[in-house]
Amino acid sequence: MGQNACMSHPSLSGGVCARTATWLAAVLLMCGAAHAAEVTVAVATNFAGPLARIAEGFTAATGHTLKTSAGATGKFYSQIVAGAPFEVLIAADDETPKKLVAEGHAAAGSNFTYAIGVLVLWSAQPGFVDDQGAVLGAGKFRKLAIANPKLAPYGQAGLEVIKAKGLTDAITPKLVTAESIAQAYQFVTTGNAELGFVALSQVAVPGKPVTGSYWRVPANLYGEIRQDAVLLKPGEKSAAAAALLAYLKSPAGKAVVRAYGYGG
Amino acid sequence: MDAATWTVVRLTAELAALSTVLLLLLGTPVAWWLARTRSPFKPVLASLVAMPLVLPPSVIGFYLLLLMGPHGPVGQFTQWLGLGRLPFTFGGLVVASVVYSMPFVVQPLQQAFEAIPERTLEAAATLRAGPLDRFFSVALPLARPGLVTASVLGFAHTVGEFGVVLMIGGNIPGQTRVLSVALFEHVEAAEFDQAHRLAAGMVVFALVVLVTLYWANRPPRDERAATP
Repeated sequence: MGQNACMSHPSLSGGVCARTATWLAAVLLMCGAAHAAEVTVAVATNFAGPLARIAEGFTAATGHTLKTSAGATGKFYSQIVAGAPFEVLIAADDETPKKLVAEGHAAAGSNFTYAIGVLVLWSAQPGFVDDQGAVLGAGKFRKLAIANPKLAPYGQAGLEVIKAKGLTDAITPKLVTAESIAQAYQFVTTGNAELGFVALSQVAVPGKPVTGSYWRVPANLYGEIRQDAVLLKPGEKSAAAAALLAYLKSPAGKAVVRAYGYGG
Repeated sequence: MDAATWTVVRLTAELAALSTVLLLLLGTPVAWWLARTRSPFKPVLASLVAMPLVLPPSVIGFYLLLLMGPHGPVGQFTQWLGLGRLPFTFGGLVVASVVYSMPFVVQPLQQAFEAIPERTLEAAATLRAGPLDRFFSVALPLARPGLVTASVLGFAHTVGEFGVVLMIGGNIPGQTRVLSVALFEHVEAAEFDQAHRLAAGMVVFALVVLVTLYWANRPPRDERAATP
């Protein structure tokens, strides 16, 4: 859009009145900012909060801004394959970026792990979830929300925890499948489900008090959630997109990732 | 058709059929009242009924989730009745469908009732037909095209419902996993073969429904056009 404004300003410069001059100044300002581009990012729901924090530092450091869509990684895969204009995918798994590279929808070798996801069992009620997760076996809840295991790695991880605890038969009738972990969070926060498997980054936001109670699930109960980012085809020529990925790898970016409780 | 798909299709048909029956039972008196009343409250009730036409399904889903949740008035009422909570249940989807599809049933019925001349009903009254008799043996048969349209639209609109179900359903197989949500999941999971099967089925279904509707409603319209 910045470029369009630049192209149209010669016609404006024909005018001589003071108002046009102010206009011109504004247009020139916009053109100055045009070097600072906008990156269109698809981000996994669990990382939307951290990314907003990262965007502040990124914009301050580079002048580039982010246009972010948050959703389930599986959904983004379908949209990217169908030609969605995302330049960067910040996924909730490592398989989707790999698959996108293999299928030619992403730049070869651009995928890297930016975080290791941490799963929590969360309730909006304080004191409802103990720090051993015994609430899961006690069965004193009606509904347990998880993200769709077919679409979201955190949902898959939740199922693995239930299986590892030997509770598959007891809990399956109580499962409520959300479209993403954001909806799982929403089902719990509205009280419609007493429990939910969500990401630590959703319930333990740096600088904010924890709402409700949660159990940080031990990493040995579920397969490691390696979260990878990748440069998509539409972003291959964008310096801003490359800068964002570099920023994610930088100490400043990693500090935010760790502040939200992620490993890696 | 595999077992999972069959469950989805059967559940969708059950939801639509039950919702349509309830919609007709609730919508017919409402439509009759709207068609015959001179009350100043008519525009208010008519607007309330028409609201789902204007509101995004996400608004309806959001408020239903809050209202029917454990802290919402409807949720507290259903729990007080011992019925439990409605979100993530088949019953919850039925309630949501009735709210969401109401205008599609009331409006055709209302138009059909409004088209019945007052003197027809007066003539029935002079033959000593009581109000209920007039309604069942005169008004309802004359409103047959409206009834057909209302039933078909109510059924089809419930089958096509997506946003509300996505927000309050929880995608539970055999309980709330209806066709539109199953299709959405297949698309998101890039299972395009299954998605195609459901989507193509829906296209055929919609076509059959509309052809049936236009075909069923054709003769009465011709008659009406012939008698001034």
